[in-house]
Amino acid sequence: MTIEGHQPRRVPNWWEDDAGDGGPVEEEERMATIRPITMPKWGLAMEEGMLARWTVDVGETVALGQEIMDIETTKIANVFESPVTGVLRRRVVGEGDTVPVGALLGVVSEPDVPEVEVDDFVRQFLEQFKPAEQGGATAVVPETVEAGGRRIRRLKAGPDTGVPVLFLHGFGADLSSWTLNQAALAEEHPVHAIDLPGHGGSTKELSDGSVEALAAAVLDYMDAEGLDTAHLVGHSLGAAIAATIALDAPARVAGLTLVAPAGLGEEIAGDFIDGFISQSRARKLRPYLEMLVANPDLVTAEMVEEVLKFKRLDGAMAALQAIAEANFAGDTQRVSLRQRLGDIQAPVQIVWGESDRVLPARHAEALPPHIQVTTIANAGHIVHMEKAPEVNALIRRLGET
Amino acid sequence: MSKKSYRQAINEALRQEMERDERVIIMGEDISGGTGAAGDQDAWGGPLGVTKGLRPQFGPDRVLDTHLAEISFVGAAAGAALTGLRPVVELMFVDFMGVCFDQILNQTAKFRYMFGGKAVTPLVIRTMYGAGFRAASQHSQCLYPVFTHIPGLKVALPSNAYEAKGLLIQAIRDDDPVIFFEHKAMYDDEMEVPDEPYSIPFGEANVTREGDDVTIVAFGRMVNLANQAADSLAKQGVSCTVVDPRTTSPLDTETILETVEETGRLVVVDEAHPRCGMASDIAGLVAENAFDALEAPIKLVTAPHVPVPFSPALEDIYIPSVAKIEAAVRAAMSHGSKVAAE
Amino acid sequence: MASGLQLSRDELVNAYRRMRTIREFEDAVHAEFAAGSIPGFVHLYAGEEASGVGVCMHLDQRDTIASTHRGHGHCIAKGVEVGPMMHEVFGRKEGLCGGKGGSMHIADLSKGMLGANGIVGAGAPLVCGAALTAKTLKTGGVAVCFYGDGASNQGAVLESYNLAKIWNLPVVFVAEDNGYAETTASSWSVGGSQVGRGEGFGIPSREVDGSDFFDVYEAAGEAIERARSGGGPSLLHVRLNRFYGHFEGDAGTYRLPEELEAARSRDPIMLFRQRVVEASLIPADELDAADREIVADIRRYLEAAKSAPMPTEADLMTDVYVAY
Repeated sequence: MTIEGHQPRRVPNWWEDDAGDGGPVEEEERMATIRPITMPKWGLAMEEGMLARWTVDVGETVALGQEIMDIETTKIANVFESPVTGVLRRRVVGEGDTVPVGALLGVVSEPDVPEVEVDDFVRQFLEQFKPAEQGGATAVVPETVEAGGRRIRRLKAGPDTGVPVLFLHGFGADLSSWTLNQAALAEEHPVHAIDLPGHGGSTKELSDGSVEALAAAVLDYMDAEGLDTAHLVGHSLGAAIAATIALDAPARVAGLTLVAPAGLGEEIAGDFIDGFISQSRARKLRPYLEMLVANPDLVTAEMVEEVLKFKRLDGAMAALQAIAEANFAGDTQRVSLRQRLGDIQAPVQIVWGESDRVLPARHAEALPPHIQVTTIANAGHIVHMEKAPEVNALIRRLGET
Repeated sequence: MSKKSYRQAINEALRQEMERDERVIIMGEDISGGTGAAGDQDAWGGPLGVTKGLRPQFGPDRVLDTHLAEISFVGAAAGAALTGLRPVVELMFVDFMGVCFDQILNQTAKFRYMFGGKAVTPLVIRTMYGAGFRAASQHSQCLYPVFTHIPGLKVALPSNAYEAKGLLIQAIRDDDPVIFFEHKAMYDDEMEVPDEPYSIPFGEANVTREGDDVTIVAFGRMVNLANQAADSLAKQGVSCTVVDPRTTSPLDTETILETVEETGRLVVVDEAHPRCGMASDIAGLVAENAFDALEAPIKLVTAPHVPVPFSPALEDIYIPSVAKIEAAVRAAMSHGSKVAAE
Repeated sequence: MASGLQLSRDELVNAYRRMRTIREFEDAVHAEFAAGSIPGFVHLYAGEEASGVGVCMHLDQRDTIASTHRGHGHCIAKGVEVGPMMHEVFGRKEGLCGGKGGSMHIADLSKGMLGANGIVGAGAPLVCGAALTAKTLKTGGVAVCFYGDGASNQGAVLESYNLAKIWNLPVVFVAEDNGYAETTASSWSVGGSQVGRGEGFGIPSREVDGSDFFDVYEAAGEAIERARSGGGPSLLHVRLNRFYGHFEGDAGTYRLPEELEAARSRDPIMLFRQRVVEASLIPADELDAADREIVADIRRYLEAAKSAPMPTEADLMTDVYVAY
């Protein structure tokens, strides 16, 4: 099927999956005449979002997957792609307004639907809409647990059965790195996202910052949580940790998705590591965070603040420095997993943003052919945030093999 | 990370530092409450409950209720700091500084210099400031400019709960005397505050909004009003940079001058009185160092040169408001007709 | 009358030498000031030596003292080095406080001397603080507050009596009553009595003859022992005489000549000498030898101080903060 104006992607047919993340809908539903556009749920803890900017006008035709607005939450800013095709009939919420998840943002329909029917639709929707209970018993929030004698903060969601998915963030980040991914996978799998030692709200005590030591800590977490096996999804240094676990404890790993992994080549942007560590003011830190993305607008003031707040925690700086020293030396990686990648038994896939300025995407070249490699255009180092629907589809697909 | 009030954030900072270092003690009038009385102990935890729960946890040797005589107990805190403890003493209302000012001005602030660099005085004086409580003229003043003026002291003004915990932890760890100003009208204000201990360095301003048109420098509680004004002005097409200096001594002059170089316009918002206050201090600093960058006269939004009135009708006019800040920004913008003043 | 038998021979010699050192230091400063070579204000302790020395001989490195504007005597009694003191009075870079304090702020924290103080009565709260530190950290230390009859009317001092009492602090309040708060007689300005005031706060208080080293020594010993053993504060009302004016430059015309003669006739150092020589505890010529030695030392310190370098502009801005 061809949709007018839709850009072709290298990732095959991701939009045919019904992800329930504010993304696309089933084919038969697409044929209905009036469709709502609602505030998506980006992240398990998200309760509301702010419509920062409309990028389409009333009367314009919007295509499935077309960028129609910028949305900001306390955690993240991103472009929102239309889940439906049709003509934009109403912009119900204005720029700068904050509304709960699920609230009506706009209305799209076939061009010949009368105004009065559109008005009826809006009125009915608003009358019936009840935002999900805020902070109730069903709210999924991070919590801290003891694992291997360490305090680990984690966010757990999803059903009790099925192959668990365990998300491991990268250097200097925390579990909120997976805000746009965790909810999607929690539809069908138990999902865990943890703060690695030295990061987020987990213990800052770190005697050894090496990938091996961090892998051991992750295994301690899996043991404490009764996760016999898991599909490990790791980003950057977190991917190197995931690969190390797959090599050292193969029985524990059902699958491996490596997002922009460390350890597959020599180079790393040492400037990024140094700047991330050394800058203590928002204006000076921002350019380094912008190295993580293809589109600098994604780096919100809140995001920069979150990094600064983390670095101020007792022990955080020492932990970051220990990890940096153990794994990076200037522009060179100390971590080296390329040779052993072929030894991993479990299914392995790699995802990389084409425009990654921290770890170059060409590190994924010339790997054993059974490892599926997907590079995504218009994405940088944090491709799992920049192109979440695509990455989620890939994670899901590996889980199904 | 969890939602905490300004009050809870301060309590947590005190508790975590007392857990970390046994030399940290707290003292003040009724900071526990009930001492010597037959009824409830830890009856108050301070007049607004900020220090509640600390005496039950740490005992009377580290949480000391004092008699009602500031000269002696503020001076004792100074003497204790000079000789090896790290006391946090509460001067209940900064308006009471007159009672004990010598111990702060001529003793605490000057030990290190007078004694040729050999004294270390790691004293923290916590004190309540600010209007809005209908507490009238002797319980509502700001007065931080007076302390800012004195070499040897440091002055911190947290603008919200996150700032309060981080700046107080920093103050307690700092080896110099720090006057820590808590706005009494903010104690119930809540926000996400990390559960772990953390510190915010002194002398580093926080830029809460980035804009191109005007720089607003604001202090303490006024930062929040400045943020509201900035958000409202953004919808009217005027973008503001808002700077919270966090500490008036040391002062992050670099950030202030940098943003004024960018925007060319300055509004300073200060709840203290207009003569010899922070507003005039910042204005002088900018006029001296960034004169050529200025495209409009500097605008100051302060309380009037008047004691704080009791009547709510008067007190509400006395305190700088979001509307007054917006008006000052528009006035700055209208110079050279960038935007209409009204 | 207190007995000299509690002290060893060495201690007696030490007491004499300390008092004599104070006297010679103060007399030298008196002469230098009159010659115009000392900047600022100086307040001399000459005539009051028995008080500072009699108290401080009971103190060790755990203990702290706070002083008044008349601080040279307390410094020397507490064991502060005399050479650096002289440098400080002359504002020299190698002075005890880098030349930044001068006579009125002379201090040595390493010897537990919390400073002379330009603010009358301000030392009393500080001493409560030092005592609080000793009590909290369980050092066994005691804090002594030296203050004058003028200070005894200050709120800071009266509050400190109360605070020391209710917190049961290891403090000794030593009210050095030389009869004058500047030019105002204490007989006129002090309502009630010093001892009455102390007792009014529930503090054991006693009269002490400041011209009698042994009386001071005994009274101080009892008070310091009470403090050290957890018995709380004491107050000593020490009557003594200052030989010079309130500050150097004060003509002292408010005192009659007869009064000054009477004061000199009760010179505590002279009385001490008489006692120990008459009791055959120390021979006179040994004391004379000590005198000559100390006079020579002071002259050496003086010459060194007068030729020492001043601090420079680079020194102006340092030592305000630990870090800014």
